[in-house]
Amino acid sequence: MPDIQEITIDDLKHLVSERAIQGETVLLNMGPQHPSTHGVLRLLLELDGEIVVNCIPDIGFLHTGIEKNMEAKTYQKAEVMTDRLDYLNTVGNNLAYTLAVEKLVDLDVPVRAQAIRVILVELQRIASHLVWLGTSALDLAAMSMFLYCFRERESILDIFELCSGQRMMTTYIRPGGLWRDVPVEFEKAVRHILKTFPRRMDEYEALLTRNPLMLDRTYSIGKLTGEECLSFGVTGPMLRASGIQWDLRKDRPYSGYDQYDFDVPTRTEGDVYARYLVRIEEMRQSLRIVQQALDKLPIGPVRSNNFKFVPPPRSEIGVSMEALIHHFKLWTEGFNAPQGAVYSAVESPRGELGVYLESDGGPKPYRVHWRTPSFDNLQSLPLMAKGVLVADLIAIIGSVDIVLGDVDR
Amino acid sequence: MDKKLQPILEKLEKEIGATVSEYRGDASLVVPAEKVVEACQQVKGLGFELLSAMTAVDYWPQETPRFHVIYQFSSISRNMVLTLRVPLAGVNPSLSTVSHLYRNANWRERELWDMFGIKFNGHPDLRRILMPADWEGHPLRKDYPLGYEEPQFTFNFDEINLRKPYAKE
Repeated sequence: MPDIQEITIDDLKHLVSERAIQGETVLLNMGPQHPSTHGVLRLLLELDGEIVVNCIPDIGFLHTGIEKNMEAKTYQKAEVMTDRLDYLNTVGNNLAYTLAVEKLVDLDVPVRAQAIRVILVELQRIASHLVWLGTSALDLAAMSMFLYCFRERESILDIFELCSGQRMMTTYIRPGGLWRDVPVEFEKAVRHILKTFPRRMDEYEALLTRNPLMLDRTYSIGKLTGEECLSFGVTGPMLRASGIQWDLRKDRPYSGYDQYDFDVPTRTEGDVYARYLVRIEEMRQSLRIVQQALDKLPIGPVRSNNFKFVPPPRSEIGVSMEALIHHFKLWTEGFNAPQGAVYSAVESPRGELGVYLESDGGPKPYRVHWRTPSFDNLQSLPLMAKGVLVADLIAIIGSVDIVLGDVDR
Repeated sequence: MDKKLQPILEKLEKEIGATVSEYRGDASLVVPAEKVVEACQQVKGLGFELLSAMTAVDYWPQETPRFHVIYQFSSISRNMVLTLRVPLAGVNPSLSTVSHLYRNANWRERELWDMFGIKFNGHPDLRRILMPADWEGHPLRKDYPLGYEEPQFTFNFDEINLRKPYAKE
């Protein structure tokens, strides 16, 4: 058995200042079991009184080896793992992976499936932002926000349960379309959210947006300029709060986003408060997209009829020999993807969620890499944390909106 | 392929000695390992502000090249994407760091060291990032088995506990 290697101050000498080694400043562990680190993030803080001199993030506590595991499964079966990455954006992860597979094998998706995908992914964005709003407000001691947000989120998760049978780990979006069509109750349930949610949003904003305590804790805290964001690879609402209008839904549209009319909210301040405003506005824009997609939801199939890649419908298996063969081949050995490598990215609630997929011509992905937005967004934390109070650091971590499943993969 | 990308590809082809290929409408450039910093500098100068992703692929048992390191760039000002692929031999794979050009390459290169054992010369802080500091081997290499944890039952608990690598009091 190998000896357990302890990390000592000598290993971290190059990361802390000279004063820490002489004992003038204090080294303090924050996390991994700390409620305001939103999961299992460990921060090694070098403190001078209450001022953060250095902040050294330590990640990997939630490393699951999903990239390695996906290499050992066929393309369809590997998709089940994608839900477990960013557990607040499960449908979005399905979409990112599915789009990469569809790009790799050059598969077309029916328009109805694309519209339903957009509706679900936008609902997921709202649900994810609600968790962010609830937890980051909780970090600032606004207890009631947390309860309201989780009430709203539950009604969205109910829609996922209606479609797929699962609240979170849906695996509903599949290569070539969807698992199956949405049930008849779907439209009514979504319309109910469209009707009630804007009023609820107004209530949240009445509680927070002009709240002097909120402003004191967030205004002009954790600033990042646009250039700093880009050099750190920061994307998503954080980038847009720093004045750079970049949204993959608008700039590199996928899944039919170019048909919908929506705005990309931006702010120029780049602080915690600007990120709050951007995400609040994004939720309203997501509702607009859902509304449009639902109003002109096309009728038709929800799965491609290319049975080389998509399993044939159950009803055909009993009557068609060919369908039976396809079904058998797809669920025993999977489909062979052509040799090549693709990178495809979607706009997740946290930023650019990209999938690098390489095939060696066999039925299993040769290499899957997840470009997860939280990983790069979190990297900018030491820069933002320099010279702030520990209490402000809590607000900054909340505003980054990290999901540790997304950081560690 | 993107029309805007054509002059950029030609320029890099001429000045770096890269070879261009295309798949599903996306361009990728194969860049020799010794020119990677120069290539990234050029790419950054041409308007690719964002290093979207950085990853590697292991082609074991093939040895030359065994690895491909992949840099995925995005240009926000001009709305383009570009992929660089850098082939690396299997023995002591090492590459120059680009973390002074793109600051998020810092963690991404640490991840590649952790997962593939690719060394980045000049990196300010090349430690393991996802695996524990005392981990042996590089998990995403193809010669690293997928592995599993032995299930412990009451009858063999102690026996497995003896050889299980975790901190014991």
